[in-house]
Amino acid sequence: MQLNKNIAISDSGFIFNPSTGDSFSTNPVGLEIIRLLRENKKKDAIIKELTGRFSIDDSTAEKDLSDFLLVLRNYQLLNDHE
Amino acid sequence: MSKRKITVAVTGLNNIDSPGPGVPVIRALKESLLFDVRIVGLSYESLEPGLYMHDLVDKSYQVPLPSAGISSLLERLHYINEKEEIDVIIPNFDAELHNFIKLEKQLRSDFGIASFLPTSEQFESRHKSVLYEFGEANDVKVPFSKMIFSASEIEGLKKEFTYPLVIKGKYYDASVAATPEQAVNYFHKISAKWGLPIIVQQFVSGNEVNVTALGDGKGNCIGAVPMRKLYITDKGKAWAGISLDDEKLIEISNRVIGNSKWRGGCELEFIKSNEGEYYLLEMNPRFPAWVYLAVGCGQNHPEALVQMALGEKVVPFTDYERGKLFIRYSFDQIVNLSEFEKISTLGEL
Repeated sequence: MQLNKNIAISDSGFIFNPSTGDSFSTNPVGLEIIRLLRENKKKDAIIKELTGRFSIDDSTAEKDLSDFLLVLRNYQLLNDHE
Repeated sequence: MSKRKITVAVTGLNNIDSPGPGVPVIRALKESLLFDVRIVGLSYESLEPGLYMHDLVDKSYQVPLPSAGISSLLERLHYINEKEEIDVIIPNFDAELHNFIKLEKQLRSDFGIASFLPTSEQFESRHKSVLYEFGEANDVKVPFSKMIFSASEIEGLKKEFTYPLVIKGKYYDASVAATPEQAVNYFHKISAKWGLPIIVQQFVSGNEVNVTALGDGKGNCIGAVPMRKLYITDKGKAWAGISLDDEKLIEISNRVIGNSKWRGGCELEFIKSNEGEYYLLEMNPRFPAWVYLAVGCGQNHPEALVQMALGEKVVPFTDYERGKLFIRYSFDQIVNLSEFEKISTLGEL
């Protein structure tokens, strides 16, 4: 699970994919997940970080993370090479 | 370093919802670091907006429509050149290129006007009707296509095509047909407008990406900038676009320009399929109307074309800025009737 190369992400949550020309914006939680993906963190580690930071339980964090990863895949921002 | 003064004549001054490349080409030349360019605008109609852009166009002349033939054009250019001493001419319309290609040598030898155009063979080889063969010859994928001359041929297409397929006019227009009935309908609609043959092309699903490029005629691609349309008008024209970081697309574009030994500016229109394959849909034999994006990205293609037209060596561009956008806008120019009168009656302004 890796972010595609060359994806540009600003501190404001603006995401630009230079190979497709698509741009998106995300909220602070999404930005945090992307930051953790960039650090090559696995799912379990990301869930742990999210529960610690945003006072949510494990199952909510897991569901939200899965939803967000699906969105990233659909927008060709993420590939699934573990 | 002081800039060299030159005079460049440019066509394609219309800037409507299907804009010509003339004004963007002029903007590129006005930003040249090498040349101090005086622009002579050549127009076909009195309402071409570029005629009245006096900060870009220094002097304008009407020229005869391409259908008037080569000798009318030659005679008019002779008159214009006697007054303006043109160094380089850049035609920007597909429909006029045939005449300018035929005149290229004579304009250079008789009037000293240089140009940098594809050869007749190159010009003919990328026509829609023979694009599939162009793809095979130049190692680039083109959706399978064939020409048909009668609606009765549509029934038999099932053997070679799967629906949906694209029904295209020889010069313009294209519609996606999901059924043979729709294909027949589009055949009649498009052939009534643009004549025969009609080109039937296999539909490829994916995203459209375009490249503005420049070849030196010896197999070198001098520059190439890829762009994806972000906002498209109902005529399918880009109203906004963004430069892409796409090495594969650049490599394919280099290959097409290199293998075909393309001479001059061009636009390559591709579909990137959902599987990531690139299919060439069209090759336009001149700069696109969005060529100024290339300048914004660090590659001044019109300037490089002028250098090559003048016989100067040009080093190929190796980089460009990714993620740069162009956003087009329309602008109401206020024009005095006397100016409109002048270009309409005297043919010059």
